[in-house]
Amino acid sequence: MPTLTRWFIKSAMLYLLAALLLSIALQPQFRDELPFLAAVWPTYLHLLVIGWLTQLIFGVALWLFPKHSAARPRGDERLGWASFVLLNVGLALRAIAEPSHALGHRVGALLVVAAVAQLLAGWAFVLNTWPRVRER
Amino acid sequence: MPKLSVWFVRTALVYLAVGFALGAVLLAAPGLQLRIPAARLLPAHIEFLLTGWMVQLALGVAFWILPRFRVGPERGREEIAWASYVLLNIGVVTAAAGAIIGLPALVPSIGHAAQGLAAGAFALHAWPRIKVFGA
Repeated sequence: MPTLTRWFIKSAMLYLLAALLLSIALQPQFRDELPFLAAVWPTYLHLLVIGWLTQLIFGVALWLFPKHSAARPRGDERLGWASFVLLNVGLALRAIAEPSHALGHRVGALLVVAAVAQLLAGWAFVLNTWPRVRER
Repeated sequence: MPKLSVWFVRTALVYLAVGFALGAVLLAAPGLQLRIPAARLLPAHIEFLLTGWMVQLALGVAFWILPRFRVGPERGREEIAWASYVLLNIGVVTAAAGAIIGLPALVPSIGHAAQGLAAGAFALHAWPRIKVFGA
């Protein structure tokens, strides 16, 4: 298993753990007592769907999809690493900025940085994976 | 990778790129103080990423790696799987466009019905392939 795949999958598992722990706090009885927890709901969904599922898919696809070439079996490694770093930085910033914004704090710039980082991560993955998806 | 899997996976990658772009707009809009029709963009964002990206990728990879047959066409009735691909994408585009343009609720419902038919068609194709390797 390539090094980058291991980073993707291990990070994915950490996000799964974080999302499931957060889901404890999101139970209705806690939300009724602590209304600010409602602001965390979109963050919880993204930790689960992007942090866990999408990141797991990125890692496994990087590992198992047809090789790009003998010289560069996994395409451009720099794009792969950029995707990993941007996705995780973007998601971590989002986890801070999104609930903070919902609670009225001025974190607009952080929201924008988180959005751009996640967008670039997704596009980097698409760009690097596209040539490997082909008939054999 | 067989031709249909290439179509499934490449289409999934397109939805990933578009779905992430919509998500970025939705997340960044409050920071940039942009007024966007978030209530219309959100269903399309979800449609593109859950069905267009994840479900489609899963179907494409399943078509590629499920056990094949020793006798006859190695992947069985491929035409049903192709029908599944077409229906799924008609469904995603119809449901998302219906939400973005603000068409009557019937339109997204038709899209979701097409997605349901796609799931049924793929199950029909894949069912006999869910077996012991080499059997």
